[in-house]
Amino acid sequence: MNDLKSLLDELVEAGSNPKKTVLKSMQDTKKEAVGCFPIYTPEEIIYAAGYLPVGMWGGPTDLKLADKYLQGFCCSIMRSNIEYGMKGTYSFLKAVAISTFCDTLKCICENWKVAVPEIPLIPVVYPQNRMIEAGKEYLNEEFKRVAKELEKLSGKLITEDAINESFEIYEDFRAAMREFTVAVSTHLNTIDAKTRHLVIKASFFMDKKTYTLKIKEITKELNALPKEDFNGIKVIATGLIAEPTALLDILVENNIGIIDDDLSQESRGFRVAARKEGTVYERMVSRIVDQRGCTFLFEEAKTRGAMLIDMVNKHQADAVLVIMMKFCDPEEFDYPIYKEEIENNGIPILYVETEQQMDSAEQIRTRIQSFAEMLTVEV
Amino acid sequence: MEKTVTSKQMLGELLEKHYKTAIDAKAEGKLVAWATSICPQELLETMGIDVVYPENHAAAIGARKDAMRFIQQAEGKGYSNDICSYARVNMGYVDLKFSEAENIPMPDLIFCCSNICNTAIKWYENLAKVLNIPIIMFDMPFNHTFDVPEHSIKYMAGQIKHAIKQLEEITGREFDYDRFKEVMEISADTARWWKKATDLNKNHPSPLNGFDMFNYMAIIVCNRGKIEGRDLFKLWHDELAAKVEAGIGPWKDQEEKYRIMWDGIACWPHLGDTYKVLKKHGVNMVTSTYPESWTVIYDTGDIEGMAKAYASNYANRNLDYGTKNVARLVKEFDLDGILYHSNRSCKLMDFRQYEVQRRVEAMTGIPSVVFDGDQTDPRVFTLSQYETRVQALIEMMEKNKELRRNG
Ligand code: SF4
Ligand code: SF4
Repeated sequence: MNDLKSLLDELVEAGSNPKKTVLKSMQDTKKEAVGCFPIYTPEEIIYAAGYLPVGMWGGPTDLKLADKYLQGFCCSIMRSNIEYGMKGTYSFLKAVAISTFCDTLKCICENWKVAVPEIPLIPVVYPQNRMIEAGKEYLNEEFKRVAKELEKLSGKLITEDAINESFEIYEDFRAAMREFTVAVSTHLNTIDAKTRHLVIKASFFMDKKTYTLKIKEITKELNALPKEDFNGIKVIATGLIAEPTALLDILVENNIGIIDDDLSQESRGFRVAARKEGTVYERMVSRIVDQRGCTFLFEEAKTRGAMLIDMVNKHQADAVLVIMMKFCDPEEFDYPIYKEEIENNGIPILYVETEQQMDSAEQIRTRIQSFAEMLTVEV
Repeated sequence: MEKTVTSKQMLGELLEKHYKTAIDAKAEGKLVAWATSICPQELLETMGIDVVYPENHAAAIGARKDAMRFIQQAEGKGYSNDICSYARVNMGYVDLKFSEAENIPMPDLIFCCSNICNTAIKWYENLAKVLNIPIIMFDMPFNHTFDVPEHSIKYMAGQIKHAIKQLEEITGREFDYDRFKEVMEISADTARWWKKATDLNKNHPSPLNGFDMFNYMAIIVCNRGKIEGRDLFKLWHDELAAKVEAGIGPWKDQEEKYRIMWDGIACWPHLGDTYKVLKKHGVNMVTSTYPESWTVIYDTGDIEGMAKAYASNYANRNLDYGTKNVARLVKEFDLDGILYHSNRSCKLMDFRQYEVQRRVEAMTGIPSVVFDGDQTDPRVFTLSQYETRVQALIEMMEKNKELRRNG
């Protein structure tokens, strides 16, 4: 138990202090870091190129410089990233990789070149027609192009062995994350919403091999404990990212536990295992091809609503928690569709709109409180 | 003697016919598709499928001030007021199905091309889901490089082949490659005439006021693959050429004093106001970034060339291209200034605008201003802000002119 507590404390601390954690990881691994903008950045390739891939998920900061490039109706996470970039917060990065999943990210990719010229950019363009042969081939080529750019950056070739090994490290990491989230679902007293988020978030700032050892240990310890009765409200969280931290504090205050998630920063990144067959790049492609219910990947059947309903049923959850990043239009487009499906199934939805620079979380607090009261009365 | 028809009359007739044909087709049980504005319509035209364009339709609803009903309907369903107002109007129309302004039949097929934006992917994915009908997706990867990369072209060509297969399955008919070639030829020809006509605005004075160009845009969207469309632009070209010959400018009662570019889509609900403020001061919008999007030109029969042409739409290309393109327009059209529409709907166009503005100003030395608006949501635009910005632009343009006059 002591082990568990200290491991959790360590990762919570790591997840709470991105920059400090990254600098320490760089020191420990003696590697240079490459920043990874949100959503499916192919970290495996960066890792194989000998760099430490680190997540760039914005953060609370005063927005001043970013206004030079972005109007106020740009999502706060990208305004933060540009702001940090311009004020030098990322000066320790060797390069950044940006995937262009939405119109904002396309523009961010273009603005970065000018706003932060000292940190080279590696764009990654994913196909939306990912299930047809031409789409798979394209993505395969695109990954190889990214690999070439990284080789140029490092001046070293990425060997077959390096990419294979890196991919295995990442597959192992993702499997470990899936096991961790399963273990959490039966230990919501030990792992509250905030702890869950920060422990997962820490993975973005640490060497994946090191992190995986720790998370496996945590899962083992959790599984050694008896399953816990959680007397609070169990929710499935969906959206881009479970932030700002104030939101998580409010969830904890109101005894709301995240029993499973469909968040870009969390399960969407690791819920799909690669297919076993094929070359390493084909296996990487297969992960994108097999992803379902993700707002950033075109899917004719649009199964997100059905998926969320399944998750609720599987976990006997009480509600779906929608964490909507303001101005994130892909997420905003999905909402009316899955909202109706979920409501038709009689499942309550708690909708909160967030920005990374929130002056006050009072509105969210009131919303969550009254939702919690309503559900508690019903139960 | 044959009665001469003006291009303006023909424009009206073609638009009426466009909507009526689609409604009739639907009534007869034929397939109707909804498609994005700069999609490879050649495939649908070849198949003889009637197509309507939600962006066109939403613009028409906006221009006739009927947008709010649809916007409110969509917002009531949970659509955020942050998202593109064309999408909001259209999703509202899916529920309400009637506008005093203009009507379109419900689709049997969705045809989406992402060369305009990723927003369209989400919007059309929703349409297919809500209406429970098939969707053909044309994904055109964003070009962060100046040119379209080879592997993108291969991917798009693969998608064209895949789409043809889908169309054959949906219609139960074989794809006619000879007809395809014909349509390709007509489409590229229409695009050429469109460009030739709009290029006549390079003359002094320009024969056309650019707000008229916005009107003709409806037809380049919906009739690009049709002979009537090509004929319209040819006629329009000839009329404009005759005006140039005679030295006739854009207005009878006003001289063209300043020549500007309008960046982005029109503010349809405030079209009259935005136009009048400019005209009052003799400011003619002679070109815009937007209409060039339909200059989709490639060699007949060249599928890869066609894919490349579609993927080269400026909205799908990088900042270097965007900047170079605007700077070229400044030169070719001999512009005095630029009016940037910060269009609340269109993040793709907006979030590069500031940098394009700075660079173009540095490259060309001509002044510019930005104003806030929206293409169809009437709530964003304010006339007073617009007037103030235009006034500022005029002052700067006047100063430049004076400097030039004084050598
Ligand atoms: S709009 Fe959404 S997906 Fe795009 S950058 Fe912003 S938060 Fe990310
Ligand atoms: S206005 Fe912009 S966001 Fe809307 S459909 Fe057109 S290009 Fe896309």
